[in-house]
Amino acid sequence: MTWVRRLLAIDRRIIFLLVAAGVILPLLHPLNLPVTVTPRVKAAYEAIDALPSGSKVLISMDFEPDIMAELMPMSVAVLRHCFRKHLQVIAMTLYPAGTGLGERALLQAAKAEGATKNKDYVWLGYKSGFQAVMIGIGENLRGMYPVDFYGTPLDDIPMMRGVNSYRQMAMMVNLSGSSATDYWIQFAQGRFHEPLVVGCTAVMATDYYPYLSSRQILGLIGGMKGAAEYEALIDTIGEARRGMDAQSLVHLIVVALVIVGNGALFLSRRAGDAGGPAAGSMVR
Amino acid sequence: MIGTWIAAILTLCVFSFLYKDNPFYRFAEHLFVGASAGYLLAVQWQNVLIPNVWTPLTKGHDLVVLIPLALGLMMLARIWEKGSGIARWSIAFYVGIYSGVAIPGYMQAQIFAQLADAAKPWPAGWAAVSSALVFFGFLSVLAYFFFSLPHRGVHGAGARVGIYFLMVAFGASFGYTVMARVSLLIARVQFLLRDWLHILPS
Repeated sequence: MTWVRRLLAIDRRIIFLLVAAGVILPLLHPLNLPVTVTPRVKAAYEAIDALPSGSKVLISMDFEPDIMAELMPMSVAVLRHCFRKHLQVIAMTLYPAGTGLGERALLQAAKAEGATKNKDYVWLGYKSGFQAVMIGIGENLRGMYPVDFYGTPLDDIPMMRGVNSYRQMAMMVNLSGSSATDYWIQFAQGRFHEPLVVGCTAVMATDYYPYLSSRQILGLIGGMKGAAEYEALIDTIGEARRGMDAQSLVHLIVVALVIVGNGALFLSRRAGDAGGPAAGSMVR
Repeated sequence: MIGTWIAAILTLCVFSFLYKDNPFYRFAEHLFVGASAGYLLAVQWQNVLIPNVWTPLTKGHDLVVLIPLALGLMMLARIWEKGSGIARWSIAFYVGIYSGVAIPGYMQAQIFAQLADAAKPWPAGWAAVSSALVFFGFLSVLAYFFFSLPHRGVHGAGARVGIYFLMVAFGASFGYTVMARVSLLIARVQFLLRDWLHILPS
């Protein structure tokens, strides 16, 4: 069973090269694989789509550069949908490094849909303290944010007149890669009964399925795949859809490697090979 | 232009770790830690201390802000061994407030709402199968994590079923985790090919 031992002792860097090829080739030569829309993302889309024109939507983009690959395309897609529906977006972030990213997503979506600052959207920027901010918005928005990110008093912003708590907002969207989502569910949805749609990283997605079932959240957009589905629903081709071919191919590679690795290990044990795999091998 | 080149070179420095640990990777790692700390400090200063402490104190003459400021400074007393007792007062205040705020919210959102959902009547048709799976999964996983009785008999059988439900959940989480990590790689490669090398259309 020399070939099995060789397979088990394969250099990890060969696998890295395989994965790199699986990412680069479909980006250079797109396969245009179809993106199927799941009920969770469709529910998120329909919840936003059902809002009447002019409704206020609070969007909290609670992420930093480490996970922007998943949440940036999602943010742009959701924002574009809101602007296309003529919803007025109140955007914010609870992460210091999210300030630049949230603003970038807003500007990108606003440019694509022709939305204008202070009329179609307001950027509140970063505020420290998860729970305090969430409760503060429910009680007195101006106490938390007397001015927007650019220093303009909220009273001087046309779309913010008369808006001072969740009561004047039709919906809340949280796009996050952290426990911030738990807090939005506990404080904004649980305490103030604000309808909530969640977008999160793929790692977190399974944790929020129970909230979907209990209707504590109205829709769930998970990871790059969720963002690609949302892009498909609003009929645009963004970063997420462009990356889905590579995503699918790498998944096939990973599945094949898991099967080959486990098969080789099984055969090796069956042959009574007591020796452990070599350093740097697949089963390390 | 310069920013793109710096980002591209740092990305390659980090990717070089895939071959083996090297000084380029460590340089990028240390630079990231330093730049992040500096950025965080600047943002906290500008967004927290200036609007919440400095402006109310100097423009509004609001002396009440001195109380949270003092509590915050007391936290820093932990730096010195003798000052750790002073820091405990601030921590006690923080824990007390946080518990009061968090526990009701947690109980309502994570326990009561979820229990109500688990106990609601099953819908008609195929949706009932999904509800039944959730219900039996809920009971069997609870049985697995109930350690006050030995896992034997009916309880043991329920706990074994619970293990299968947990394995399915872990498998789903692992699949999603792979997808998340691949997404990060795709975005970096998109950046290198499009923004840096201009091979992909923008």
